Amino acid sequence: MADIAFMGVNKTYPNGFQAVHNLDLTIKDGEFLVMVGPSGCGKSTTLRMLAGLEAISSGDIFIAGQRVNDLHPQARNIAMVFQSYALYPHKTVQGNIEFPLRMAKVPADQVKARALKIARMLELEPLLKRKPGLLSGGQRQRVAMARALVRDPVAFLMDEPLSNLDAKLRVQMRAEIAALQQRTGTTTVYVTHDQVEAMTMGDRVAVFKDGFLQQVDTPQQLFERPVNTFVGSFIGSPSMNLIASRIETSGDGLALNLAGECIALGHGLAARFDNPDGSAGLVTQIGLRPEDVVEPHLAGEGQRLHGRVVLTELLGREQMVYLDLRDGTRVVARLHANHRLHTGEEIAIGIDPARLYLFQVDGRALTYR
Amino acid sequence: MRRTIIYSLLMLFAILCLVPIIWLVASAFKANADFQVFAFAPPVDRLTLANFFSLFRQMPFMRFMMNSFFVAGVTVIVQLFFSSLGGFALAKYAFAGKKVIMGVMLATMMIPGPVLLAPMYELIYHLRLVDTHLGLIVPGMVNVFGMFLFRQSMLSVPDEMLQAARIDGCNEFQIFWHVVLPVSRPIIGAFCLIAFMGTWNSFLWPQIILQSSDRFTLPIGLNQMVGVYEADYGALMSGTLLAVLPVVVLFFLLQKEFIAGLTKGAVKG
Repeated sequence: MADIAFMGVNKTYPNGFQAVHNLDLTIKDGEFLVMVGPSGCGKSTTLRMLAGLEAISSGDIFIAGQRVNDLHPQARNIAMVFQSYALYPHKTVQGNIEFPLRMAKVPADQVKARALKIARMLELEPLLKRKPGLLSGGQRQRVAMARALVRDPVAFLMDEPLSNLDAKLRVQMRAEIAALQQRTGTTTVYVTHDQVEAMTMGDRVAVFKDGFLQQVDTPQQLFERPVNTFVGSFIGSPSMNLIASRIETSGDGLALNLAGECIALGHGLAARFDNPDGSAGLVTQIGLRPEDVVEPHLAGEGQRLHGRVVLTELLGREQMVYLDLRDGTRVVARLHANHRLHTGEEIAIGIDPARLYLFQVDGRALTYR
Repeated sequence: MRRTIIYSLLMLFAILCLVPIIWLVASAFKANADFQVFAFAPPVDRLTLANFFSLFRQMPFMRFMMNSFFVAGVTVIVQLFFSSLGGFALAKYAFAGKKVIMGVMLATMMIPGPVLLAPMYELIYHLRLVDTHLGLIVPGMVNVFGMFLFRQSMLSVPDEMLQAARIDGCNEFQIFWHVVLPVSRPIIGAFCLIAFMGTWNSFLWPQIILQSSDRFTLPIGLNQMVGVYEADYGALMSGTLLAVLPVVVLFFLLQKEFIAGLTKGAVKG
């Protein structure tokens, strides 16, 4: 079992900057966990503390039940792939792959056999005699993976391994890494700032901001149930629109006062509030994903917002429409491109209340049943 | 036009630099009687190997050469070990007092060598190393200039490579040995050449320390040929020519790395 656990882990640098705050996180054996967040959010520091490259200031880290706080990286039996790949330029591909085994004093015949096996798995066999300088970015990436896998580590750590590749290769390697992880079943912790990587690769995704773990959940749950506006707007592209609003009573139900217009919540949604009557007057933030905006003619009565188009971007079958609502709030909508919109045009967009995200003023998700 | 002027100037300087060497080669093959007659080489029919025979008759030249090889070889290897290891520590580790240590090291480079001759002699005398090859090797074991040279070069080795090695199971010395040293090859070449030349040509300190003629290095041995009343310049020049040959050979062997080492970091990427 190679469970990994962070318990109350803090990291403060000598200059007083606290990079990680009181981190509690458990990673299950065989799981692919992606840590995601903007630059400086503490995700890489967390990974480096797990690898033993960075000392922790307080708390405990456990790998496979063993407390590893004071263990040297080599004693933790973990493997790591770096952003720059960190291959040894003076060694051939074979030399690079064999190096960890030689350091572990594995018998020579086994070293060759294991290196060859991994090289075959990653289709590196024809390149074994080449030096890293003669390889393409994707090939170097695979050599770094092979060097990490050859030792049969308890956990596999990757620090933004795809960020140096071009877009096409990145998509290809993303699939390869995910497939490889499923085949080997090795616990993997993967750091990235790219939310698409996070959502497509991870069994679970941990979202970090300013050194705090915001939420850790499956990609689907993160998308559908973000705990706060940060997670809501970080996951998904383009970002979720955030619009200030107030809950009001309207006729026989609740409604949202959104940019000066009234959107009926409908019985179904209103009933999800613990105390529907007491909710009236609550000031909230509404999260509206661009892809959840519906064509105006499909929206029900009283479920439309009006605004003026300020910019459109055509993406083949779809168009991104940036519009200013009546109170000046800028929102983005992803609409079908069969009816091209133009700058300056006054339009209405449809809102499906069931697909709205409700947040409190401080950004936390509004809890409802 | 500009290019022509630049190249002409460069040619002129190259010739100026070559003159003493041409003179040395010519003198080595010139009879003593012709020494003052011809500025450079005499006519081909007057060229002679007599100086070389005279040299080997007058002194145990090969013995001196072996001594020089031994002292320079050991000094270079020991200096290479300590300089690269010291440079590695200064480039890649943070430790208390690092800046002070580097400041003190730099300060030692500012002290003129001759000032240290007397105290160093006293030290070597108390260590009972006078008139031994160890007396030449020990004071030169640690080369501050070399340490800075290696530090500068090793600063450019990416930290991630060291961390990768750490995760791959290396201890700190293995990181140095298996990763940092092999990628520092150009600077090793440059340093070996500089250190070898320095030791090979060293005159003053060996002259003070060595007393027995069977321990003499080449510069000291050759200097014995210059007497108060007479000097066999032909033999001296042939000896000097033979003495510079190893340095020339070493330069051509390490040329590629020497130039790469000295220009390293000058060009980005």
